[in-house]
Amino acid sequence: MRAFATLVHALDSTNKTTQKMEAVHHFFKEADDKDKLWFLALFSGRRPKRGVSTALLREWAKEITQVPEWLFLESYSSVGDLGETISLLLPEPQGYLDFSLAEWMDKINLLSSYSEQEKKEFIIHVWNNLPHQERFIFNKLLGGSFRLGISTKGLINAISSYYNLEASAVSHSIMGDWTVEKSNFEQLIHGEYIDSNLSKPYPFCLAYPIEDVESTLENFEDWQIEYKWDGIRGQVIKRNNEIFIWSRGEELITEQFPEIVEEIKTWGGDFVVDGEILAIANGEILNFTALQKRLNRKVLSKKILEEVPIGMFLYDILEFNHQDLRNESMQERRKILEQLVNQNPLQHINISTVITANDFEQLREVREQARDINSEGLMLKHKNSVYHVGRKKGDWWKWKIDPLTIDAVLIYAQKGSGRRSSQYTDYTFAVRDGEKLVTIAKAYSGLTDKEIQEVSRFVNKNAVEKFGPVRTVKPELVFEIAFEGIGWSSRHKAGVALRFPRILRWRKDKTVAEIDDLENVKKLIK
Amino acid sequence: MRLIQFRPEGIYCVPGKFYIDPWRPVDLALITHGHADHARWGMKKYLCHHFTVPILQSRISPDIQVQGIGYNESISINGVNVSFHPAGHIIGSAQIRMEHKGKIAVVSGDYKLQDDGLSTPFEPVKCHEYVSESTFGLPIYQWKSVEKQNSEMADWVIQNQSYQKTSVFVGYSLGKAQRIMKAVEGTAPIYVHYSIHKLNEAYKSVGIQLPEYEVLDFREDVKHVNQGIVIVPPALVDSNVIRKIPNMAYAICSGWMTVRGARRWRSADAGFAISDHADWNDLLTAIKMTEAEKVYVTHGQTAVFSKYLNEIGIESEEVKTEFGEEEDEAVSNKEGGEV
Repeated sequence: MRAFATLVHALDSTNKTTQKMEAVHHFFKEADDKDKLWFLALFSGRRPKRGVSTALLREWAKEITQVPEWLFLESYSSVGDLGETISLLLPEPQGYLDFSLAEWMDKINLLSSYSEQEKKEFIIHVWNNLPHQERFIFNKLLGGSFRLGISTKGLINAISSYYNLEASAVSHSIMGDWTVEKSNFEQLIHGEYIDSNLSKPYPFCLAYPIEDVESTLENFEDWQIEYKWDGIRGQVIKRNNEIFIWSRGEELITEQFPEIVEEIKTWGGDFVVDGEILAIANGEILNFTALQKRLNRKVLSKKILEEVPIGMFLYDILEFNHQDLRNESMQERRKILEQLVNQNPLQHINISTVITANDFEQLREVREQARDINSEGLMLKHKNSVYHVGRKKGDWWKWKIDPLTIDAVLIYAQKGSGRRSSQYTDYTFAVRDGEKLVTIAKAYSGLTDKEIQEVSRFVNKNAVEKFGPVRTVKPELVFEIAFEGIGWSSRHKAGVALRFPRILRWRKDKTVAEIDDLENVKKLIK
Repeated sequence: MRLIQFRPEGIYCVPGKFYIDPWRPVDLALITHGHADHARWGMKKYLCHHFTVPILQSRISPDIQVQGIGYNESISINGVNVSFHPAGHIIGSAQIRMEHKGKIAVVSGDYKLQDDGLSTPFEPVKCHEYVSESTFGLPIYQWKSVEKQNSEMADWVIQNQSYQKTSVFVGYSLGKAQRIMKAVEGTAPIYVHYSIHKLNEAYKSVGIQLPEYEVLDFREDVKHVNQGIVIVPPALVDSNVIRKIPNMAYAICSGWMTVRGARRWRSADAGFAISDHADWNDLLTAIKMTEAEKVYVTHGQTAVFSKYLNEIGIESEEVKTEFGEEEDEAVSNKEGGEV
């Protein structure tokens, strides 16, 4: 596992893209085919079933180290990662077990068939025979979920430059549902499994926030303008009468939306379309909070299906009767999409409306009223644009409505995880509710490293608790919080929930007396 | 009468009428070691180990009134028998022992049990009351042996040379910088920042041998350091100065580097978990060796460490002091806080 451990360490040690890429190339040079495949599998979330629970791992670690539960938790909250905490607490190893990544994965896969006693013996034996870095990786492999310090795009670029392939081809090849057992690394990245794989989605084309609206829209008639919706971006695939819905996070969400599957089944031809799934009741788009009730549920009850009716707006078509249309122009693809939609019965699905505005000024007005229909703003797509892989500047822009903002005070802080486990990075904010303060939002980002250090120092000096991960702090630091939307919520004490809250800036010029009042915040709900 | 008391000015010896490492100006201050959070300006008179004298003169002022004393040498202050004993933290660092009417208290300042080859090694002192730091008072902190740490640093320098890179080490100018110099001696030419040189002089003045080095003037061109070793204090991290160094790979040397998240937070090319503080096991070993009836826990993981001591049957209490800072500040840009 040394090569893999070296790679993980190298990816951790730098934030320079070129160095990360070098580290991956180095790994490709050293590792054998199966190890590379596992690397790719782990990276893309194809993890084996967890063969041993974290509860057992904790038990055994405490048993070996004689660390009491509360002290274990203190250590955990200071490290921010369970596998790493255990590895740090354990005594020095007595020997070394030399296996490749693939051999380790085979052993880990066998775990689920073991008895608890056998699991314990195996794991303690491994812990006792791996140095810290590899022991930590072993613990992470047991859980399968492993953040490797490189973005998907970074990895795809590393593969494509090492093997001299097109980045888009690589990202297409490694999506979808291949398995380590049945694949070969070289064949996989060279796309040899694509045809046989009906569910394979295309990488989504994404838009950048617009920089200069006026000059972009100079040739007004070159642009196709649509509403931007705040739902779930989805890619619907129909090939050989099989239907798949992929989310932008490359997750299959087919089962969460049976209405769409049923409707698509009745449509003729094979195709791949791109669109937005939204909660829609009687033609009206509902607030984001409604759609959340549908997500992350294993079983959809009849009640939920009725309570949260959904619909989908189609934006684009990427494939029609097995022909890849992504290099056709937007204008051409739109025509094909319109034909497809017109030929078929529509109930839950419809085409995304193209906004007709005569000029820039008129468009500006449309944008300003977007919030009234729960839209996030506008999408501008050049009529000649191809369907890019990922984000590419110039062809597609999002022109969002300005975020809403409030001033709130910091009341709780918690340490981050991973890179930020030594700093307080997760904050909870409150607004005024009469004489009291009431929690309004949690936010994680938006501050610079220096500011985070400054806040951390404040937390250390002003914390009420001494134990556990959360610190209550004196309400003193005021921040401007921006968010995309606001809705009623019974789950939150304040009775409202903010959509995508984030720290806009630290208002060092304001005191806690000047923060917003809950009544005023509620007035923002449409 | 209590032997020691914790006052707003600092730790006070009641019958002796003096303070130890006070953070506010007082008449007589006994100083455990030369780090800035323990040796502050403004005292009418300082008493410290001989080796700490030049450090105080260099860091506070050459004009301070300061008296030096040797290890295990005792003097009487207002009827209290006072002696200094090696703490192993940095050169001249001492645990201060006070004896009065059969009662013994020891204030240990900062300490470590590992022998770093530069500081006089730690010696346990039996007492009734012991004041201990707890900077790394969590069981996740377990140091590697000094030999292993040194060879890892030396290997890193050699590896960097094979990639035509310059090895830049970040470590406090008093204590850590000299340890790094020792560890990498003989692998490549060593260049140090002026603030480190100033303290190296203090080391030399008390007869401690350090490896050959050159002072690096960052106002000049620094291209000649290519593939060599540069040692700088933490204040220079992220500064424009450091960016002048060609083909740099940089390493942070600090106990906090044990944790992956801390290494990634600093986004250094390497992090060496090397500390002048005791790790978890050594804190416990040191405390047990004192056979103290009562342990006062100061700066660091005070709450956690003190709770643990009580659980294993050692009576303990946490004490608020102005030593150190919590972990986040330990790697801050402030010169003099320690890591």
